[in-house]
Amino acid sequence: MDFTAVLAQIKPKLGCVSDNLAQIEEQIIKASEAGADLIIFPELALSGYFLKDLVPEVALRLDSSEILKLIELSRGISIVIGFVEESDDYHFYNSALYLEDGAIRHRHRKVYLPTYGLFDEQRYLARGESFRAFDTKFGRLAMLICEDMWHLSASYILAMDGATTLICLSSSPARGIEGDSPGSAAAWQKLVSTTAMFLNCRVLYSNRVGFEDGVNFWGGSEYVAASGESVIRAALLEEDIITARVTEGALRRERIISPLMRDENLFVTLQELRRIADKRCG
Amino acid sequence: MLVLHANMELLRKLLVGFVRDEVRKVGISKVVLGLSGGIDSALVAFIAAEALGAENVHALCMPYKTSNPESEAHARLVAKACGVNFSVVPITAMVDAYFDTFPDADNMRRGNKMARERMTILFDHSALLRALVLGTSNKTELLLGYGTLYGDMASALNPIGDIYKSHVWQLSAAMGVPAEVIEKQPSADLWAGQTDEEELGFSYRQVDELLYRMVDQRLTKQELVADGFEAGFVDTIYAKIQNSHFKRRLPVIAKVSNRTIDRDFRYARDWGK
Repeated sequence: MDFTAVLAQIKPKLGCVSDNLAQIEEQIIKASEAGADLIIFPELALSGYFLKDLVPEVALRLDSSEILKLIELSRGISIVIGFVEESDDYHFYNSALYLEDGAIRHRHRKVYLPTYGLFDEQRYLARGESFRAFDTKFGRLAMLICEDMWHLSASYILAMDGATTLICLSSSPARGIEGDSPGSAAAWQKLVSTTAMFLNCRVLYSNRVGFEDGVNFWGGSEYVAASGESVIRAALLEEDIITARVTEGALRRERIISPLMRDENLFVTLQELRRIADKRCG
Repeated sequence: MLVLHANMELLRKLLVGFVRDEVRKVGISKVVLGLSGGIDSALVAFIAAEALGAENVHALCMPYKTSNPESEAHARLVAKACGVNFSVVPITAMVDAYFDTFPDADNMRRGNKMARERMTILFDHSALLRALVLGTSNKTELLLGYGTLYGDMASALNPIGDIYKSHVWQLSAAMGVPAEVIEKQPSADLWAGQTDEEELGFSYRQVDELLYRMVDQRLTKQELVADGFEAGFVDTIYAKIQNSHFKRRLPVIAKVSNRTIDRDFRYARDWGK
């Protein structure tokens, strides 16, 4: 079905869960009142990004009052939110929730935790271990968190699992000053567009803005159609709230014109991956 | 051979945004900086004025009796061009009082003392004006260690610490820093006729091209030599970076507990902001 999705390009405060929750609630209510069907926040929207030793302090259990509040708000509008999740066995995950009709429809724990260059996630966080698509009011969706999307296998698995819409939550730092936009922004735009095109999937990309210790997050949230075309893109470097009109007809037409996913041979892929895995295991 | 280039419009947006965001998020609206008459501090004054409004920027010129009078004139010119508050606080009396006790001190000691004297004045004005101190050291100087630890290297926020001197020239031109300041020879102005490039023994443009390849692109020595850099020059710069690394770190703490500051007690400075 057709739906409208709001990409909430906000500026979370580092380590301030209650301030961030207030900001998030405000955006949810606004989007809901404007008649939007879905609102998508960035990665770690409830906590900020460069948390380091703050991870256990800002972590929330799924039954915490903050998450329960968001679940309640999802009766009026479907919500995608990023936060630090604390599990029963006291592991901490960089997680995303898909909330709909007062329930958690899906939880994704970030699988690929970047630990190189300016990133240090694996030092502080536990790794997720699955990629699964899930059913919603708006068809079969899937969630990726930032670095997850740089691994082709992740988007590929989700598309093979039947997702026709990929949602990516991001806290992407700006770096590279040679081009018209930050180098990392240009790289992301290429990645999102190419992923959409290769997998005949639309992508809803939600990135944050603001600075943490001199690191800028560049924003540029966007809705990319299954053709790879960027339909709407938020401002670079500034807070922005954009609304994407996502139509079923465009997806259907694209899948007729370019039936790559129909022709994708899961069994050849599996057979070859199995062969490579067997060889590696010696 | 020239590989260093940058989009000035984008760079300007990032640096102005940095000052605006990082200053205001701590609940402060003003900044203070030392204006030497040189290009680095001139650029920072322009960035700060654009970020916070000129009325929220306080520039201090802190000459010593041997400083070139042209420096103060240029500082005044810059302050006027970007509209920031400007005052002059001479450091001659304090510096001379100290060296009366150590009359044999060489130029290096005197230069360092002057830089640290200026630092104390800036941080005093930080408290006086409720303003954060902006740093004015560029990436070239920071990598080469061409600055005084706890002197001109001290600040709360440094907008230009990740851009090379070559970028400083370009961005200054783009932002309207007066041409006199852009075109003159860079100098620490510790004694008459001193220039950075003479003291360093190479030009900024030359070393920036090397630093960019060595630090940002991580080229190996063999690759740098193949790119046309002399092996001796590469070694000299590598050694300068290595030997000045202590200036870019916090003081080393002897670890005895399970949680030592900055080693296993790790928080962003923007913690809670």
